[in-house]
Amino acid sequence: MAPCVDELDYEILLARTTFAKCSKLIQKRCQEIYFVAPGYKIFNTYMVGIPPLPIGIEGDHILIAYIKPCHGAFALKIPGDGEIERIRKELKK
Amino acid sequence: MAKTALLALGCPEFPVQTSTAIYLAYKLQKHGITPVFAGNKSALLLVKVADPERHYYGGKMMDLDITIGALSTGKIDFDLCFVFVHSDSGIVYLASIHALSKGKMVAIVFGKFAEELTEQCKNICEHVLTAPVIHNPLPLKEQVDGVSTWLHV
Repeated sequence: MAPCVDELDYEILLARTTFAKCSKLIQKRCQEIYFVAPGYKIFNTYMVGIPPLPIGIEGDHILIAYIKPCHGAFALKIPGDGEIERIRKELKK
Repeated sequence: MAKTALLALGCPEFPVQTSTAIYLAYKLQKHGITPVFAGNKSALLLVKVADPERHYYGGKMMDLDITIGALSTGKIDFDLCFVFVHSDSGIVYLASIHALSKGKMVAIVFGKFAEELTEQCKNICEHVLTAPVIHNPLPLKEQVDGVSTWLHV
């Protein structure tokens, strides 16, 4: 099954922009940040971006940059569900 | 075992992409290298419909996100990775595939922002084919012809 962030209840913070602008917003906005390499799996999606890729945690939400080939980069705020604890465990600061 | 080459397509908004990709696939096959196209549905359909008897594209087709997943989990890799770049998204996929694949990376840059994007590509990979074209595939075709000099190195 193809991964699909589209199925999640996300909020768009930035739309149709560059990866760099999304990365900057996430790092400016979130106090808790983890950096991963391309290919890190989150919400059943393998992340792409220019390394290092930020994952921000804001309350019970996760902020990531999501890329669509025809529409550019989006900064998304997504309900964390079980992913926040998993990320904290896997990517200890 | 035959070598394989990934041809990672971007948004197919510029006509030069499909034509160059099909020509590159043809050249790779002439060198005994199997091309594997990756892209979104429209980008792949443009290749498929233009070559119904598979004279030129020959190899496989994969959804781009599934390809990223398969590279991430180590299920596949390629000897060569050609990434088509005409936007910031193209740079993102170039950097990501560079991080995930052990294959030799080649950026194929075109479109309105080719000059600026070429500089970014040079920071990521060694081989960059570039021309500020949208409709005319000949400048890129000439550079693809030159690829054969280092293809097997």
